[in-house]
This record gives sequence, structure tokens and C-alpha cells, in this order.
Amino acid sequence: MDTAHPAIQASGLNKWFGEGDARTHAVRDVEFEAYFGEIVYIVGPSGSGKTTMLSMISGILRPNSGTVKIHGTDIWSLPEDEIADFRLHKIGFVFQDYHLFPRLTTAENVAIPLILQSRAWDDAIREARKDLEIVGLASRCDLPPVKLSGGEQQRVAIARAIVSRPDILILDEPTASLDGDTGRMIISFVRQNILSERRCIVVVTHDSRIFEYADRILKMEDGRVTAAEKGKLHEE
Amino acid sequence: MNWGLARIAYKLLINDRAKFTSLLVGITFAVFLMITMTSLFAGVLSRASATVINIGASVWVMDPAVQTVANSIPLPDYVLDEVRSIPGVKYAVPLYSGSALLKLNDGTYQAASVMGIDDTSLFGRPNLISGTINDIFAENAFIAIQDSEFSKLENPRIGTTFQVNDHRGVIVGIGRVASSGLFGVPTLYTTYSRARQYIPNTRFTISYLLVEPNAPADVPRIEKQVRDAGYLALTKDEFTQKISRFYMFQTGLGMNMLIMTIVSFIIGLSISGQTFYSFVIENIDKFGALKAIGARARELIAMILLQASLVALTGLGIGVGLCAATIWLARLYLPDYAAIMTFFNLCLAFGMVVVIAVISSYFGVRKVLTIEPFDIFRG
Repeated sequence: MDTAHPAIQASGLNKWFGEGDARTHAVRDVEFEAYFGEIVYIVGPSGSGKTTMLSMISGILRPNSGTVKIHGTDIWSLPEDEIADFRLHKIGFVFQDYHLFPRLTTAENVAIPLILQSRAWDDAIREARKDLEIVGLASRCDLPPVKLSGGEQQRVAIARAIVSRPDILILDEPTASLDGDTGRMIISFVRQNILSERRCIVVVTHDSRIFEYADRILKMEDGRVTAAEKGKLHEE
Repeated sequence: MNWGLARIAYKLLINDRAKFTSLLVGITFAVFLMITMTSLFAGVLSRASATVINIGASVWVMDPAVQTVANSIPLPDYVLDEVRSIPGVKYAVPLYSGSALLKLNDGTYQAASVMGIDDTSLFGRPNLISGTINDIFAENAFIAIQDSEFSKLENPRIGTTFQVNDHRGVIVGIGRVASSGLFGVPTLYTTYSRARQYIPNTRFTISYLLVEPNAPADVPRIEKQVRDAGYLALTKDEFTQKISRFYMFQTGLGMNMLIMTIVSFIIGLSISGQTFYSFVIENIDKFGALKAIGARARELIAMILLQASLVALTGLGIGVGLCAATIWLARLYLPDYAAIMTFFNLCLAFGMVVVIAVISSYFGVRKVLTIEPFDIFRG
């Protein structure tokens, strides 16, 4: 792990919603670093600010104050179009509800980030098939997502997230819709096959059953990071 | 344009068969109704001007009170001499346009439209498909026009006789003209003098004066001098427009057609608008996810506009085809069916379909623009 050059470096992050008496402080003075080659969990109860923080460090929600540097680039100093472009090329997303298009095949769903990058259709589909093979769904390429199980849909979402070879992978509650065994299988798969020395993975979860797969765990409460600890992998 | 995204948009639309079918049915139905209505109206207007089209004179001189070609007001004979004396007039001839009740050989009566063309020049004569034009000068001679009403004269041949106002009439030729009349009666051509002689008449018998100018530049002067004389001179196009205006604004026909066309538009808009909006809403979280991944708003708008355009143009094509097939079928069984698909009809339908597509996609676009990627994370 290269600790000299953080993959994500957030400093003095603040985010509030509303004004006056209705103002809610969702994230307060958060400092955060994540490195290539590690999986970092952000955990905490509902309303603790973890999703808001995840959105800010992934270039989706603009903070009220503070900076977010990804690979040394202060993303919130970029124009909106460039932020979108940055996300498209540098960050892969796995959403809680997968958000796969039911009217497209799994291969077409996976190819979407490449198509957004203006890659030729056949080329994008070929790459998508390769990544579906990596996640063990080579035989499901031409099926619509609705024909797949929850675990398989999650793996399709992972394939979509990695198809453009991003440096950062953001997983939002990746096991929330899965049973315990499938959830563990998915996150174990991510750890073994998706994590690499040149990739950093940030996971937001409150599923304690998968804590054992984290390198570091940040606990959030009331918008603040209250504790940071090493994952069980490092305790052994 | 990102062709890959266009293909995604296409697949999203086509693969949702229920919504795609519903959208197509809505737009096709609207287009079909719109074109049928406007084609019928165009057909009625064309037939209302049939005499003007068929006779083909460049300039028509008439009483200023004339509203349609079928309701002529006889002109005094001296007007013919006066018009002939206007500088720029190459020639001017009289036309008799009236109706008569024919007694056919089986004893039945049939109303007919009778055109009496100038004896000397035979200006405005029809193209003959059998017989020779000189036979029009023979005793009791008439030329029958083979149009959709021809069978009402018991499909006459050369030599078929009938009675008109107790005079004997003989068919000496079968002719063809560009347009059938509006009123569902057969048409006969004869000479101006025979028409005057056989058909009961008012004091004056010239229905119209048909004028040929020396050059198109002479038309304004001819029109002015005729106006100064207390009459009205109109070019063929002006006369056709005058007739169209009469049917549009003074008969209620135009208003009825307009209302029906608007109703068709509203039906199409409401069906396709609602369906398209629900199509976008169904995919709104996916559009949000695309935004989070890195799609720009303009790319998502382009996807929605492409989908709306695709449905609109497909619906337009099917609607036009359906309307053409209906007119063709109707004409097989109803020769009188007056419907013409004109370039204007098609342009109007295209314009309305574009408006339907724009309005339908507008609400979807607004929804897509308001969805924030952060909403996707928040669920």
C-alpha cells in the first residue's frame, strides 16, 4: 500500500442542508484518506452522514466547505462537466439497488460506462463480456438483469463499475439486498478479484457480517468520524 | 452525437414493447385522424373547384357576388365585347355552366351538370377517350364525362340517347377531366349555343368569361379594367382560393374539420404524452445512475429526444400509410369518396407530430434534469 500518495484525500469536509432553524449538519469537519490497494469501510447508523460523505468524496455532492483530492486532483475545483468526466473515467459505482436497465442485456448494461466514453459499440460490448467473465457471469451476457438472482445482479453492477478500469471503486450498501452468505461471497469476491495495488475501494455499509473483509473501518456518528480501526484481516 | 448512447436509447424504447406499442398506437391514431380529416377537406375543396380546374382558363370574369363556381350569376352579353376590347386580352370566350334534369332511356330522371363551351374555339373542351371533338357540332350532340358519376348515366356509349328538357340528346363522345365535381352528379359538355337552346335560361346566359391574356404581366391590368366595369376578374388560382375560402369560412365545413383535427391532436398528445412520461418515470432512477456514472444532462436529453422522435416519425409513417390505404380501399367501393392527401396535409401532420413529440418529451426531460445523482445514493 502506497501511503505517500493517497487515492482519496478529503480535508475539512462540511455539508449541511437547509438554512436557518431548518439547517441540518450532515457532515462536520471530516478528514479522510484512502489508499490504493485497500478496502475502506465507512460504517455507522442511519443518518450518521456516511452516504453524504461518500457522495462528496466521489464527486457527486458538492461540500459546503473542504476539499477532496483524488489522485492529487482537487475535484471540486473543476467545472461541472469535467467533474462528470472525472467520475466517468476515474470512479466506478456500485449502487445499493444496482440500477440496471431491465430492457437491456447484462452485457449492454455493463458496457454503458464505455459507451458514455464514446467507445465503439462492438468494442464496448466485447469489453463488457470480458468483465462479465471475470465476475463469473459469462453465460448470462445476453440475458436481461431481471432474469438474474440478486447476487448475480450485484455482480453485474460490479462488472459495470470496473469495466472502464477506474482507480476508485465506490460501493454503496453492497450487501443490503442480499442474504448473509451471498453478501459475504460478493464482498469476498471483490476483495480477491477486484481489489488491486492500483485500485482503492470505499464501501459504505452497516452490515457487520462483512466487516472482516475491510482493511480499515471508519465509524461515523452525527456527521463526524468517531473512530477509525483496522479490519479483522489485519488483527490476525 | 454518441451513436452508442443513441443505440441504448433505441433499445430501451423498442424493448419495452407494451409502452412502445401504446406510444405508436397513440401517435398513429392521431396522425390517421388528422390526415383523414384534412384529406377529406382537401378533397372537398378540390371538387368544389372542379370546373375551374377542368376548364383551365387563365382568367375568369364573373359577377362580383359569385361565391363558388357552381353558383354563377349570368353576365350581360356586352361584357364579352367589353372584355375583348381590353388591351392585353388575347381572347375571351363565354362559358355556360348550369344543371339539367335528364330523362334516361329506362325512364328515370338524373340531374346532370352541363358545360356549354364556346362554339368557335371549343376552349375548355375535355380530353376525349372515345369519339371525335368535331362531332360536338352534330345535332343534339353531348359529350359525357367518364368520372366517378358516369355510371349514373347508365354507362352511356357513343350513340346513347336521352332527353333533356324535352329535347333529344345524343352522346357523341366520352371524355375525361382532371377532377370530378362535388355534388355527385354526372357532367355533360356541349356547345355554348346548344346549352342556351336546350336548357331553360334567364335573360342573360353567359356564366363566365374565359380570358387568355397576351402575357402574365397583362393580368393586373385586365383585372383592374374588369373591376372598373363593375365585374370581377380572377386568375385560376385566385378563383380556387375564393371557392376554398367560401367553404372554409361560410359553410361551417372548415370549422368542423378544424375541430376534428384539434381533437385528433389532443387525443394523440394525451395518449403519447402520458405513456412517454411514464416511460421516463419508470427509468428515472436509471437515468440518475447514468448521471452518477458520468453522463451529462445533454446526453440524457438527447436520448429522450431521440426516443420521442423515433416514436413520432414511426407513428407518422404508419399513420400516413394507413390513411393512404383507407383512401385507396374507400375508392374501390365508393368512387365518389372525396379525399386527397396533399403535401400540405402531410406537412401539417408532420408539424403536429413534432409538437406532440416535443410536448411529450418536455416533461420527461424536466424530470431527468431534476434528478440528482445524490438522490440515487439516498435511495
